[in-house]
Amino acid sequence: MKKRQNVTIKGTKDGLVLRLDDSCSYEELKREIDQKLSANTMTQEERHLISVKLEVGNRYLTEDQREELKFLIRQRKNLVVDDIESNVLTREEADRLRTENEVVTVSKIIRSGQVLKVSGDILLIGDVNPGGTIMAGGNIFIMGTLKGVAHAGCFGNDQAVIVASSMKPSQVRISDTFNPAPDIVPENEKREMECAYIDEDRQIKIDRLQVLIELRPNLTRLEGGH
Amino acid sequence: MGEAIVITSGKGGVGKTTTSANIGTALALQGKKVCLVDTDIGLRNLDVVMGLENRIIYDLVDVVDGRCKIHQALVKDKRFDGLLYLLPAAQTVDKSAVKPEQMKKLMDELKQDYDYIIIDCPAGIEQGYKNAIAGANQAIVVTTPEVSAVRDADRIIGLLEKEKHMEAPKLIVNRIRNHMMKTGDMLDLDEITEHLSIGLIGIVADDDEVIRASNHGEPIALNPNSKASIAYRNIARRILGESIPLQPLEEVNKGVFGKLKKFFGVR
Repeated sequence: MKKRQNVTIKGTKDGLVLRLDDSCSYEELKREIDQKLSANTMTQEERHLISVKLEVGNRYLTEDQREELKFLIRQRKNLVVDDIESNVLTREEADRLRTENEVVTVSKIIRSGQVLKVSGDILLIGDVNPGGTIMAGGNIFIMGTLKGVAHAGCFGNDQAVIVASSMKPSQVRISDTFNPAPDIVPENEKREMECAYIDEDRQIKIDRLQVLIELRPNLTRLEGGH
Repeated sequence: MGEAIVITSGKGGVGKTTTSANIGTALALQGKKVCLVDTDIGLRNLDVVMGLENRIIYDLVDVVDGRCKIHQALVKDKRFDGLLYLLPAAQTVDKSAVKPEQMKKLMDELKQDYDYIIIDCPAGIEQGYKNAIAGANQAIVVTTPEVSAVRDADRIIGLLEKEKHMEAPKLIVNRIRNHMMKTGDMLDLDEITEHLSIGLIGIVADDDEVIRASNHGEPIALNPNSKASIAYRNIARRILGESIPLQPLEEVNKGVFGKLKKFFGVR
């Protein structure tokens, strides 16, 4: 019976893809990579660098193991690892990713004297009344009326935006810039579905929220389809 | 077990004491056993509005410090046949003379004997406020159609919502001047309720009679002909669980001519 291969090499137009079996032992894998690559370099004459992508399947590689594999492959003069793809994440990594990308949903009215602060993005289902403050490390999305103070990107993120169904703030702050409300607001002016962002001159600008599609494409979080 | 309702506002001078006196009176008129508690220690005046000042012997601080029994400090209102009592505040000490735990204990005792305990809260959000809400399980927030009063009401509602032992607060909009609301010089009723987004339990029009009655030590709720009195009586009935529509703010057109005008839609 022929032994199943633990390492399969595929050539693509971007370079090599090394598919590593995830059920064999790590030592076995290392040995086989070494063998396969030594066999291969014999036939390769090109001098320019070839990028290598490792697909490790359901194997978790520690940081040390990653370095070791990279080193092993880099030893072949013209090979360089540029990506290691694994299906496995540690719980820690997963938690960190989740909090970083999380949109915290809060359903309440931020009343005078109250402060709501989150480190990521916030989606508020309710109003911010005058004298109330909403703060976020990321973006602020308000489904109700913003009548108080909103501070987005409060740890220094210039890309952060503030969006409100009804934008009547007493003050908006983004990162380290701020913008008090104009003293005279025309009574009948529609302040619906607007956003606040920092423009090229580092001034806070308030505009229709649709401008964000152009200005802040990173707001789109839809994954897949690529 | 009775209900302890605190009447509060944050801002001073919006009519907490008048409201407390009149809601208490109106509940007693409905046949409920009511105890009014003045927690504005050092600046008491619920007794004055009720016309009971001269009959005070002991006060709230005396009860809390154990110098007398509760029933010794309670002032009976003779206009009501044993239905309305007042526990007056002390005038010689200040708010720090009482602790919230002591107030809670006191309220728990009063709840055994009374259907409703109406607690008149001092202005502000400090010690006096904390004392007043400690033993309450319901709250009524009084505001007037002014931006500053509404702002303070908002703050108070925020604080009340954090109290786990209390039901969601209810709102009274006091001192409404209809002509100013119509011209937009005063905040609109819808504007206020939308902003504060809590249940409205009553509206009271600004009425000179209220001041006159207060100065005579007779709560306006005793006078069945005044508009404000009807408003307070309606609030009392809503507290009792009846569902009564809000009184229209518009002056009801008087006489046949007015009715005709209304019929033809002439304003």
